[in-house]
Amino acid sequence: MKYLTEFRNGELAKKMAREIAAVTTKPWKIMEICGGQTHSIIKNGIDQMLPAGIEMIHGPGCPVCVTPLELIDKALAIAAGPGVIFCSFGDMLRVPGTERDLFQVKGAGGDVRIVYSPLDAVELAVKNPDKQVVFFAVGFETTAPANAMCVHLAKRRGLKNFSLLVSHVLVPPAIQAILDSPGNVVQGFLLAGHVSSVMGYWQYPPLAAKYKVPMVVTGFEPLDILDGIRRAILQLEAGKYEVENAYARIVSFDGNQPAQKMLAEVFEVTDRAWRGIGVIPQSGWRLSAAYREFDAEERFQISGIRTVESPLCRAGDVLRGAIKPAQCAAFGKECTPRHPLGATMVSSEGACAAYFNYGRFLSADELASAGSTLSE
Amino acid sequence: MCLAIPGKVEEISIEGELRIGRVNFGGIVKRVCLDYVPELEVGDYTIVHVGFALSKIDEETALQTLEDFRTMGVLDAELESEDEAFTRAAAVPPSNCPDGSCSEK
Repeated sequence: MKYLTEFRNGELAKKMAREIAAVTTKPWKIMEICGGQTHSIIKNGIDQMLPAGIEMIHGPGCPVCVTPLELIDKALAIAAGPGVIFCSFGDMLRVPGTERDLFQVKGAGGDVRIVYSPLDAVELAVKNPDKQVVFFAVGFETTAPANAMCVHLAKRRGLKNFSLLVSHVLVPPAIQAILDSPGNVVQGFLLAGHVSSVMGYWQYPPLAAKYKVPMVVTGFEPLDILDGIRRAILQLEAGKYEVENAYARIVSFDGNQPAQKMLAEVFEVTDRAWRGIGVIPQSGWRLSAAYREFDAEERFQISGIRTVESPLCRAGDVLRGAIKPAQCAAFGKECTPRHPLGATMVSSEGACAAYFNYGRFLSADELASAGSTLSE
Repeated sequence: MCLAIPGKVEEISIEGELRIGRVNFGGIVKRVCLDYVPELEVGDYTIVHVGFALSKIDEETALQTLEDFRTMGVLDAELESEDEAFTRAAAVPPSNCPDGSCSEK
């Protein structure tokens, strides 16, 4: 908890934790979807402030983590090709493919650029008409509007040398997959604040009603997360399952309508593989027919690339909340941030990396209670 | 990488088809597309993700959030330049920690 005291509202956070303890009468398992929230929870020790029996389960909401190894390998193949400027956000640089990463491709002579915005990639395409400029479009609904606008712009400008390698994933189908999975233990959800700033939260009431789970739109700062947890517990204790907004200063029910309109024009829903989980039906976006010409997977000869992930890795179980990172036999041994086997150790927003980086190995109690899982 | 960062719109211009603002994030200024939040004017605060404004917010919220994100250590990675990104990448082994908070024991 040493980090929390640095916050302007450290005392307020402790008070809120006491309030949570006062309203909690039963054990509950709550999943935060967003990797940014996972990072905040672990770094600030928020889970350790909660009453015994309240367990935070870390969801699959890290876009770097869930990007399949196969797509990383495709990105590396494109980036290493002649006449290509490959653009990405900085967090993909050191994500390892089967043999190397983007940073190493650059070291070997590949033209890899880090951009702040996909708009910068469009600019590069305009300035380099003799090169193929490819942008690695990784991300959830928060990031997709930027990429949608750029493809729209490229089409309007008639750019023939710009394309997207798309790996967009969607939150609601992931939640549904978690709730549908056999042995699901998640009883309530904290919804991702910034995803909801784009999409609103109109998609969630049917899910909450069907599965009888409360959902709370939640921000990223410690106080926001504690407030989201408090509201979820209040609902669970009262037997309610509503969708609540604890982040109203940023998020509205309808979300950003112009962005949603652009998304609907440029993208269409498709089945997508999530690293460590497998294919989730209708869980991602790909370019719609009108924009398919900007799909890098069609423009470059990469369809033959097939990649198999490590059999030791239990990222899928971690992402579903079936085990904690330290309960995986490979955690901290074969699998570390330097040598990650799976998605959740790759990105610092991933649950395994967050546990590793903040020294969350199993306590004696946890080891005892994890025994059954470990011996499987 | 899903964080949207609050900033203040300091200048607005039309660049081709786009309405572009110069947005100040606690000292770092970036070009930001304002088309998804057409009501934004100079002096307004907005949250921005990868160069796109996503919603208008009030000043108090903006300043507090900015301060909190700074304390949480997530601001630098979100706003870093290309050189900074490569320098950071060079400092870590292959496999990684995108926001640099990784300190392997």
